[in-house]
Amino acid sequence: MKISLTVNGRKIQEDIQESMLLIDFLRSHGYTSVKRGCETSNCGLCTVLMDDHPILSCSMLAARADGHSIVTLEGAGKEAEAFAEFMAKEGAEQCGFCSPGLIMNVIAMKKELKNPTKEEIKQYLSGNLCRCSGYMSQMRAIEKYLQEESV
Amino acid sequence: MKQISQPVVKKDAAALLSGKPVYTDDLAMKDCLIIKLLRSPHAFAKIKKIDTSKALRIPGIEAIFTYEDVPNTRFTLAGQTYPELSPYDGKILENIVRYVGDEVAIIVGKDEMCCEQAKKLIQVEYEVYEPLLDFTKAIDNKIVVHPEDDYKYLVDIGNEVKRNIVSQGRDEAGDVEKELSLCDVVIERDYHTKANAQAMMETFRSYAYLDAYNRLNIVSSTQIPFHVRRIVANALELPKSKIRVIKPRIGGGFGAKQTACCEIFSAFVTWKLKKPSKIVYTREETFMASNSRHEMKMHVRVGAMKDGTICAIDLHTLSNTGAYGEHGPTTVGLSGHKSLPLYKLNASCFSYEVVYTNTMRAGAYRGYGATQGIFAVESAINELADALKMDPCELRLKNMVEEGDIMPQYYNETANSCTLKDCLLKAMELIDWKNKSLKTDLGDKVRGLGVALAMQGSGIANVDVGSVRIKLEDDGFYTLSIGATDMGTGCDTILAQMAAECLDCEVDQIVVQGVDTDSSPYDTGSYASSTTYVTGMAVVKACEQLKEKIVKEAALLMQTKEEELVFDGKMIRTLDENKAMSLNEFAYLCAAGGKGKMLMADDSHSSMVSPPPFMAGIAEVDVDKLTGEITMHDYVAVVDCGTVINTNLARVQVEGGIAQGIGMALLEDIVYDKNGRMIANSFMQYKLPTRKDVGEIRVDFMPSYEPTGPFGAKSIGEVVINTPSPAIASAVAHASGQYVRTLPITPEKVLGFKHED
Repeated sequence: MKISLTVNGRKIQEDIQESMLLIDFLRSHGYTSVKRGCETSNCGLCTVLMDDHPILSCSMLAARADGHSIVTLEGAGKEAEAFAEFMAKEGAEQCGFCSPGLIMNVIAMKKELKNPTKEEIKQYLSGNLCRCSGYMSQMRAIEKYLQEESV
Repeated sequence: MKQISQPVVKKDAAALLSGKPVYTDDLAMKDCLIIKLLRSPHAFAKIKKIDTSKALRIPGIEAIFTYEDVPNTRFTLAGQTYPELSPYDGKILENIVRYVGDEVAIIVGKDEMCCEQAKKLIQVEYEVYEPLLDFTKAIDNKIVVHPEDDYKYLVDIGNEVKRNIVSQGRDEAGDVEKELSLCDVVIERDYHTKANAQAMMETFRSYAYLDAYNRLNIVSSTQIPFHVRRIVANALELPKSKIRVIKPRIGGGFGAKQTACCEIFSAFVTWKLKKPSKIVYTREETFMASNSRHEMKMHVRVGAMKDGTICAIDLHTLSNTGAYGEHGPTTVGLSGHKSLPLYKLNASCFSYEVVYTNTMRAGAYRGYGATQGIFAVESAINELADALKMDPCELRLKNMVEEGDIMPQYYNETANSCTLKDCLLKAMELIDWKNKSLKTDLGDKVRGLGVALAMQGSGIANVDVGSVRIKLEDDGFYTLSIGATDMGTGCDTILAQMAAECLDCEVDQIVVQGVDTDSSPYDTGSYASSTTYVTGMAVVKACEQLKEKIVKEAALLMQTKEEELVFDGKMIRTLDENKAMSLNEFAYLCAAGGKGKMLMADDSHSSMVSPPPFMAGIAEVDVDKLTGEITMHDYVAVVDCGTVINTNLARVQVEGGIAQGIGMALLEDIVYDKNGRMIANSFMQYKLPTRKDVGEIRVDFMPSYEPTGPFGAKSIGEVVINTPSPAIASAVAHASGQYVRTLPITPEKVLGFKHED
């Protein structure tokens, strides 16, 4: 089937197999920041934004993105860079494999929640698993980032 | 020190945080053939017949290989120094399958879809055997997991394969029975730790291709590139010179990738078909067909006097290695040798057996047996404190190992650097121990406190080797080649910090490369908490050599004597300051023909000792009176890892290790059904702690100075997973009155609804 969508501001039209998942579509187009950590919608690694909302690209058919706008970490620009710097300063990225999904969800959270509490942050990001960091350094980075941005 | 004990940002941070294609699957060529594996549905069976003819007709299928197509050699997948302590008990494919998930056929096709279609069409006729699933009944069972004649082992490990015993042994220091008979109190308990999944976010994966020299190149997400070279050579019956292994960025390992689960398949396919091929394990395969922590049952007897003097500990460990023996004989040793030395004892005894069963092979997982042993010993010490009605911290302060002590169960090594007492005192201060009671009623919930100590090693003494090469490049920067494998922990950065400290320059001036077995100097790999300590020392030695070479060469170029010159990292000057040359100028002269020569230095290091890092952890948990639900409230940990090299990365190691330990204590459990099929084979059933489950984790350091380590450093990576299970178990016991001795500590067990075994 033919789909037409925007990825990171670039229009893509393609004939795809109906069963193709969005994550595989994106990776095949070189957006390799999108990672797969499970097949059961549990890990959050494959998070991308569709029309500004975070979605799990491993659990969505590419066909459903037809007519929509997708943003991956490659296209997340300055916002992602700003948060990434806080992550790096805490050493929070560790192996880095879960970082792209987390960054995308933090960007979405910042849009959605006004001055979130620690508990609200944990709740919003609870679907983003990380096996390396124990989450504390991520929280330090997130809090500093939100603080900086609100100034 | 300018570069040591600093929060230096990881060298790869920018790439990782911008999603650059730096991991194995990002780098694989687009035309790689895809490999999928048909796995056994039976826990123990013989393949009578296998028919691939229908499957081969699926369009896109390139080849299907069965046991008849692969080399016949037995080998081990364990990433260990040769001669490995793991038995050679597996083949690439075999006509006997020994656990649900064991490989039956290798399917190669143009994409995943055709491979999956073909998988369904392979017809296998099995002769199904009764499996051996209960590891407590393995010894002398009528079912023999490895009945074959060509089974072999390279080192005496106490192997009796026909009795299902991979390894057994006993180490006694002093007369334990006599000491126990003299004690006022003897606590005798059984503890049970489960197989846990390492669950790194990047599953197993590798790809292979042939290069212009017809050599087999393997790119793999591995902790052990040099061992992979040998393992693949063994498996494919190839000379090692034919094989090159490259390690790009790795999405976590935690020991899982110290076993070469998937490389043999991509290597075999590419060697056979002369085409690039790639294998990526699904999460399900990673759960049910790779390797896990060794499940262990431990019987502990602790003897003490009424005043709290601990006199003797007797520990027996039974370990389940699963269907294959990777890391079986070695992990078990740590359960005793890295738990018993925590205390000054008159006598101790550690005995063990490691057995085969028809479950997935176990392997290496952070802590490597120490985690299991420490759960048992530290839990018994906590139960002893409660029996004596003594404060568990006071009991420990009275008995714990101190600097200068000889540790009989730790190969008679001396604790040359140890601030364990300060660690515990600091942890008590952080949690406000003195002003809290072990149990506080909060209404619907009860809050409990629990404590534990831990130790580990720093590399494997006389076994691990780290080597490095450092070159001065023509602009005055350095390239540092290492064979140690950064798997996200940041060792590339830490080793660069050490080089920068030695060479008096900025960390940015040190370029570090990933591992390539052709060009990187040999390193046993990143495991056994060895990189900072072992490879770090090699960095120091090589950099010292390079400094000497720089001065020597500069003396020639500046027409003066070596002893007249000083090199401060930026400038080379004569003592009288009459002549000076910048490093930059010097480096250009070295590179300019006819004047100087290019400078490089290399060295390798192996340590005769393995100095233990130590730590104390205190857990504060809430237990719901009605539901038994356990909530982590606070966790404090204070660590003695010697000199802290990178303050950020060390802290994150501790926080991450504790979170994994919390998972082990409260959530994670590999469960099999009655036929031996793993039930917990996805993140749906096998729950990793999320950021809502771990509570607050607070970390501090009490650095000692380890004389044999680089800048006084010891290891950090593994010790940090060892305290949560016993500390949390004790906190729960204080809150609920229920001692849970089989992990994980679930509400059902706390309420006594579920019989533990």
